[in-house]
Amino acid sequence: MRHIISILLENEAGALSRVAGLFSARGYNIESLTVAPTDDPTLSRMTVVTFGSEEIIEQIVKQLNKLVDVVKLQDLTEGAHIERELMLVKVKALDNAREEVKRLVDIFRGRIIDVTDSTYTLELTGTVEKLDAFVKALDVTEIIEVARSGVTGIARGDRALKV
Amino acid sequence: MLPGVYTTRLGPGRGLFLSSDWECVVELTGADIIVRCLQDEGIKYIFGYPGGAALHIYDALYKQDKVKHILVRHEQGAAHAADGYARATGKPGVVLVTSGPGITNAVTGIATAYMDSIPMVVLSAQVPTHLIGDDAFQEVDAVGITRPCVKHNFLVKDVTDLAMTLKKAFYIAASGRPGPVLIDIPKDVTANKTEYLYPKSLTMRSYAPVNKGHPKQIKRAVDLILGAKRPIIYTGGGIVLSESADVLVELVQTLGYPCTNTLMGLGSYPADDPLFLGMLGMHGTYEANMAMHDCDMMLAIGARFDDRITGELAKFAPHARIIHVDIDPSSIGKNVQVEIPIVGDAKSVMKDLLKEISKRDKKPDAEALKRWWTQIDKWRSVDCLSYDKNSGLIKPQYVIEKLFEITKGEALVTSDVGQHQMWAAQFYGFNKTRRWINSGGLGTMGFGLPAAMGVQLAYPEETVICVTGEASVIMCIQELSTCKQYDLPIKMVNLNNRYMGMVRQWQEFFYDRRYSHSYMDALPDFVALAESFGHVGIRIEKPGDVEGALQEGLKLKDRLVFMDFITDQTENVYPMIAAGKGHNEMHLKPSNGEAPPERELA
Repeated sequence: MRHIISILLENEAGALSRVAGLFSARGYNIESLTVAPTDDPTLSRMTVVTFGSEEIIEQIVKQLNKLVDVVKLQDLTEGAHIERELMLVKVKALDNAREEVKRLVDIFRGRIIDVTDSTYTLELTGTVEKLDAFVKALDVTEIIEVARSGVTGIARGDRALKV
Repeated sequence: MLPGVYTTRLGPGRGLFLSSDWECVVELTGADIIVRCLQDEGIKYIFGYPGGAALHIYDALYKQDKVKHILVRHEQGAAHAADGYARATGKPGVVLVTSGPGITNAVTGIATAYMDSIPMVVLSAQVPTHLIGDDAFQEVDAVGITRPCVKHNFLVKDVTDLAMTLKKAFYIAASGRPGPVLIDIPKDVTANKTEYLYPKSLTMRSYAPVNKGHPKQIKRAVDLILGAKRPIIYTGGGIVLSESADVLVELVQTLGYPCTNTLMGLGSYPADDPLFLGMLGMHGTYEANMAMHDCDMMLAIGARFDDRITGELAKFAPHARIIHVDIDPSSIGKNVQVEIPIVGDAKSVMKDLLKEISKRDKKPDAEALKRWWTQIDKWRSVDCLSYDKNSGLIKPQYVIEKLFEITKGEALVTSDVGQHQMWAAQFYGFNKTRRWINSGGLGTMGFGLPAAMGVQLAYPEETVICVTGEASVIMCIQELSTCKQYDLPIKMVNLNNRYMGMVRQWQEFFYDRRYSHSYMDALPDFVALAESFGHVGIRIEKPGDVEGALQEGLKLKDRLVFMDFITDQTENVYPMIAAGKGHNEMHLKPSNGEAPPERELA
């Protein structure tokens, strides 16, 4: 099963490598990993997307909690939650494709954020599935480059990850 | 400056500060601060080896005599000696090494301590901050290299963080599930000055170990414990670490249930008590392993279901309902799924279990327990540790048995890793904790001698014995020189079979007796070697000389004595659970089963 684990950790040098090192040393899967500071400058928030059996996920959560730099964590997939990923795509935009890509971007509620005579740079946010679907639909033209941020997420309702 | 402490500078360059409550706060260099922190932490010994980046710290050590520095001959020895000190005393061991090769040499010792949850603080010097990342002389990413084998580590980039970091390191190393903590300190940080104040207490928002078990889980556990028909209590190093052997004894004797200890837990339950089944696991006793396999209730305390304990997981304790008590939540459910997990300190949880048991009207099922003990006694009658006492060659087991008799079980025994380690564990009946000091988790050959140095320093009046083998002891043999410098009267018991015995045993069993590189063609004359270091050496070649040699060696209270026992090369450690086998599928010694095969060696 796929799990999204959000982690608040001390904003210290090396904290990221402790988490990344834990996953590689113990052979856990990482689908994506994102990290950035929070409103509290002493804390970073990391989001790890991983998959494994219930026993493995339980171990991952316990091992993460054991890291001295980890202040608190939450398995978002345990309850209702919102997940988002940002994608930037550069595509060829020539002849018919110029109109076609523009329409596709509208349908997926994305934006064109840069234009040249021959290319568009597109921005899209959404779930992993939505971004995948968009990339698939882009076969009307040639994709030059894809940059995805990895997933971040937050719980719905009152549930919050807070110190 | 720490928040909340107001200081007034008396004058520029005076280097003297006063805090609001008129406590004198002196401005010190980073190096002096490190030494003051060690003093304030009550550290008696540090084990180390100097080098360029560590020189300011060594200079600070030179100016005082409260903290005694023990100069080893190799940094691995420093880490093992600090580890031995910690295992014998329960207090954190402290290591000081220089940058680059200093710290990489210490890594084996750090990993050894990590695997066995031993409190240790390692101070590694680092190149100056402005050179970090430049591939400077003797630069290595110490924090990166040690990350997977420490409980936590720090790089201190500012001298004002130094005292607090040391405080945190000692706190983290010794609390919760203990472990090594490394502090990497660049040379310029040890030269810079700031005012010194050692924090008295500490709280960390990201680190708060749980000590008390959940009351609801305690109640559920007691239901299961009292309902058992074929119970077993299986305990490990957690009992030693939490200093709770007396509580374990009370718990076991209150219930009348059989108890077995892991390699790391030996001494937690007295070996001479009838409720004790001996060690369990790969080379555990027949009765302990069979009881583990057939039990219907297993109470595991401070043990982690290591693969050397469980054998093949699919065949592990098929009828057992398991209660697992551990201070580290990640140890629970890692290898074996359990019915009742209890996160907490072994001592606190066992006390709560006893309290709850005393409140219940229900008592252990005497009828069922009687049947269970009858079965266990049958297993005991197999006498799985017996060996050939009529051999013309020295049997290693016999040496350990005699050692136990002569020292009356009162010695502190360290060991290296391999067959001799298993024989020491099987034949030296440990009745108290912190007397059996060995590398269990990592299995580090070379551990025994340096560890014995730490133990002997901690207990100068006690008999400290290092049971070793000729392959292991060579790995840190240079420490014989350290032993001479500090007059450490360790007694070395070398079970010399001219093989890496455990490797040879596996090759005999599982590789069709192809003894690939497990034999050493050239070995030193250990007697001459010991003498060249200024010690006493004795070679023993006949079974009849064993007892006398041990008596004589142990009598030399103020000398290191290296006793080189030339033992039977063909001897194997029995019983044995092979890879992929369950507890009920032990290899027993040949005389218990089929006739011994032709066992020509080399």
